[in-house]
Amino acid sequence: MSAASSNYDVAIIGGGHNGLVAAACLARAGIKTILLEAADAVGGAARGYEFHPGFKVSGCAQILNLLRPEIVDALRLGDHGLRYAASDLATLSLLGDGQYLALDDKAALAQVSAADAENLPDFRRRMIRYANALAPSLLRQAPRMDFANRANVWELARFGLRIRMLGRRDMRELLRIIGMNAYDLVTDEFENETLKASIALDAVMGNFMGPRSPNSVYTYLYRMAGSTNGNRGALALPAGGVAAVMQALAAAARSAGAEIRTGSPVARVLVKDERATGVVLDDGTEIASRIVLSNADPKTSLLNLLGPEHLDTEFVRRTRHFRDRGTTAKLHLALDALPDSLRNLPKQGQARFLLTPGLLGLERAFDACKYRTVPDAPPMEIVIPTLSDPSLAPEGKHVLSANVQYVPYALAEGNWDGARAKLREGLIASIDTQLPGIKDRIVGAELLTPADIEAKFRLGGGHWHQGEISLDQIWTLRPVPGFVQYRMPVAGFYLCGAGTHPGGGITGAPGWNAAQAVIADLKTEPTR
Amino acid sequence: MKRYDAIVVGAGHNGLVAAAYMARAGLEVLVLERRYLIGGAAVSEELYPGFTYSTCSYVCSLLRPEIMRGLDLPRHGLQVIPYEGSLNVLTDGDFLASYSNHDRMRRELMRHSRRDAEAYDRYALEILRQCKFIRPMLLQMPPDPTSLRPKDLVDLVKFAKPFSELGEKRLYETMRFWTMSIGDFLDEYFETDVIKGHLAGSSIIGTALGPYSPGTAYVLLHHYMGEVDGSIGAWGYARGGMGSISKALAASAQETGRCEIRCDADVTDIIVKNGRVKGVALADGSEFYADTVVSNLDFRRTITKLKWTEALDDELVRKGENFKIRGSSGKLNIALDGLPNFKGVAVKNNPALSGDIHYSPSLNYLERAYDDWKYGHWSKKPYLDIVIPSLMDPTMAPEGKHFMSVFVQYVPPSLHDGLWTPAKRDAFGETVIGLIEEMAPGFRNLILHKQVRSPWEIENEVGLTEGNIFQGELTLDQLLFNRPVPGLAQYRGPKKGFYMCGSSMHPGGGVMGAPGYNAAREVLKDLRRGAPA
Repeated sequence: MSAASSNYDVAIIGGGHNGLVAAACLARAGIKTILLEAADAVGGAARGYEFHPGFKVSGCAQILNLLRPEIVDALRLGDHGLRYAASDLATLSLLGDGQYLALDDKAALAQVSAADAENLPDFRRRMIRYANALAPSLLRQAPRMDFANRANVWELARFGLRIRMLGRRDMRELLRIIGMNAYDLVTDEFENETLKASIALDAVMGNFMGPRSPNSVYTYLYRMAGSTNGNRGALALPAGGVAAVMQALAAAARSAGAEIRTGSPVARVLVKDERATGVVLDDGTEIASRIVLSNADPKTSLLNLLGPEHLDTEFVRRTRHFRDRGTTAKLHLALDALPDSLRNLPKQGQARFLLTPGLLGLERAFDACKYRTVPDAPPMEIVIPTLSDPSLAPEGKHVLSANVQYVPYALAEGNWDGARAKLREGLIASIDTQLPGIKDRIVGAELLTPADIEAKFRLGGGHWHQGEISLDQIWTLRPVPGFVQYRMPVAGFYLCGAGTHPGGGITGAPGWNAAQAVIADLKTEPTR
Repeated sequence: MKRYDAIVVGAGHNGLVAAAYMARAGLEVLVLERRYLIGGAAVSEELYPGFTYSTCSYVCSLLRPEIMRGLDLPRHGLQVIPYEGSLNVLTDGDFLASYSNHDRMRRELMRHSRRDAEAYDRYALEILRQCKFIRPMLLQMPPDPTSLRPKDLVDLVKFAKPFSELGEKRLYETMRFWTMSIGDFLDEYFETDVIKGHLAGSSIIGTALGPYSPGTAYVLLHHYMGEVDGSIGAWGYARGGMGSISKALAASAQETGRCEIRCDADVTDIIVKNGRVKGVALADGSEFYADTVVSNLDFRRTITKLKWTEALDDELVRKGENFKIRGSSGKLNIALDGLPNFKGVAVKNNPALSGDIHYSPSLNYLERAYDDWKYGHWSKKPYLDIVIPSLMDPTMAPEGKHFMSVFVQYVPPSLHDGLWTPAKRDAFGETVIGLIEEMAPGFRNLILHKQVRSPWEIENEVGLTEGNIFQGELTLDQLLFNRPVPGLAQYRGPKKGFYMCGSSMHPGGGVMGAPGYNAAREVLKDLRRGAPA
């Protein structure tokens, strides 16, 4: 059947979490929706698979902390299987040879710095207050700077009002720090090097930013805007891994009536009379729809699937300049047992481990990445999900999963085929100095550089957020100024990926917002 | 003891501008300067017989034309000689010249890249638009977005108006420009390293940021928003060195007969009674009284170094200590026996030689120079901004000889292995001279005398904390209503009758005079003396 199969209102390209959220929202609104996923399973970059026989991981995603609670409630993800194996991870900063600093343990922190132990809870409270002021805008369209349209003025006013509601003192502080860099913020606030570096790592993780890069405070606030069970800034490990959350989203979409087809890579978007009319799959199957919604990154969606021939040159230029080269790699290790060094750590299964070379070391690691070389001591965020969820590995065995900052998309000299193994060994060695004995327990390993992530998950640039989260690429400027409300220049073509407002991490917000835009447009638009 | 209406602490150019406007409005003004000469960082000194050194700041462009006219500076002896080009010397014998003559500039760009020459027109237009947009804000007081007082709301609306009138597309461009890194911005226009390196220079001068740090595009703007004789973005030399600007400002102030200027007067205390300033005390114990005291010192110095007879609250002191005012620049002043021969560059009346001569081969070169600074080293391969004013202004050096000013980015305020020492300072100077020798073989033999200055020397001599030439970083957290800190951005405070007029205030550094003008206007407003003449 190559001719147009049964008509749909909306065809969604890509079953990443945003595509799934959009599918669920649309279907619930009674809109006939089909979601087309290239891989054999949904989940996008959080797709579940075995990187080693019997050892399961969730692609790039190892922690859930940003998924909007409004979405969890509205889609009743609890009923569809969302469970937490751990819902408020402690943070242990590793100090080498099995030593660590428990950042959430006030007494332990007080031993290295009484002042910091005093200030940290207050610091978190302040950051969360600021994050709360920004959070509501995550589930709303960003305003366009077209003031002839009252809706934009109103949206801006709302935004301003929310900031003002913080009270004068907080508002001033927020307006001051929002353009600041993490290095200055933590240096002004704290004295302990480990604590400073740990907060800075959270601030820069996933972005092409060093602690000294302005804007890295915004990314920290963006992170703090997340919550688990109403607990702001809390980090969770879902039962079954983040992949299970993807399954819950898919279940929510299906139960609402959305059709999900895996193994169906989309080749391009059909355009007729300057409007999107459906999609063509790699196998030539045509699927007609009134609206096409792409979960793919902006460049892939606009330049490959849609095609520059349908766009004006200025728009194409802007899209090409969208900064989306990833800087974060993913390391998976299959362990046949835990070394004592790990078994001796507290909060078994309820903690994540940070490996930071100090604040300056963090900056140096970024420097290496700037010049497209591999840093000597890459910072890492490590979790061992099997400690709280044994189902992810064979009986008694374990999975170690690490986000590795910073790893360049491409190398200045040579290519990754030559360097991948070397980096993997280097990473394993530096984990082994922190958690002695790990090395001898490894039975399988997988390292995904940003380029690998791009290829494996069809994520252009291999960037965590489908594109840098920096002040010149967020909100009313994301992905392309003037086209921030999910509607692209070709009628009927929409984006719903992390490359749109508010950005990446597993928030579901872009998918939710895009769905609202589609629903609104379908209401007003007469059926053909 | 004589009472004054206003006392200005520090005779930097902003202090003098403020003094001049207050005196012209009828106030009895006393200006107190710690050093033996006025001018702060805008001074001319004869440090070697027959040579005039512009010891610190070395070129001018930013000085607001409104002030130039308002204070009648040309009549008071200020003459600005515009220069017609600049040069980016490459050590391989090639170079990139730029000329104020547009066609000639294009031809030169063509020589390096036809595509970039095309892009240059779009680039230049965008920069010009950004300059024209920001210029009216320079002489405005930043609004207080947190205040709900009707007056402040009106200010806010007034301030926001130009933004709302920009139109959607232009507003996006402006939002991006104010938040982007110059590296990303230039990458959107150009493909050639040397062209990008050349254009990026102005975005890092005086700033503890690299070309790929967000916010550096704005810093570039800060260097471009000036003008000479009405041509925007043009730069020139003050005839007789930068000190002539200070002299002209002082003359304009003293012409009123109401402005007294005292040098060697080191203000140490601010006298406060019941939350109101009453005057100042000097190191020698003498006191001077006035109900209005205006500080030209940088914010951190004003808050943490001056002794306040009624203590400031701890939170403000902490803010003063956390104010980002980073030393990132050094300076060499050199007396030359003749004109250096830069590789491949024609010496005879070459307009490109008359302006800045850079060493800035690429964005990555600048970024690496910045990396050294981050870890407490001076850049092993620094960015240089060299000028030879004596080419345009014969008063700077004897016939046939030349004064050369070398601005160096990046140089940390203190080093990874401790504070600056004379030995380290000389090693730093050697790094710079070695690089110039590479650009102009034989340069070393022309040196008659040199003065090498790290941020440490600049701080100790001129008083700029950490030797920061802008009295504070020009980053979003310290611009507009955030400059110097939220709540003190309107030139007033921290005590009643106390004002701040230095570059720590909006719109920031450079020999612009805007903070001095704005502060004077607010003083006169509070004293009901009407708008400045």
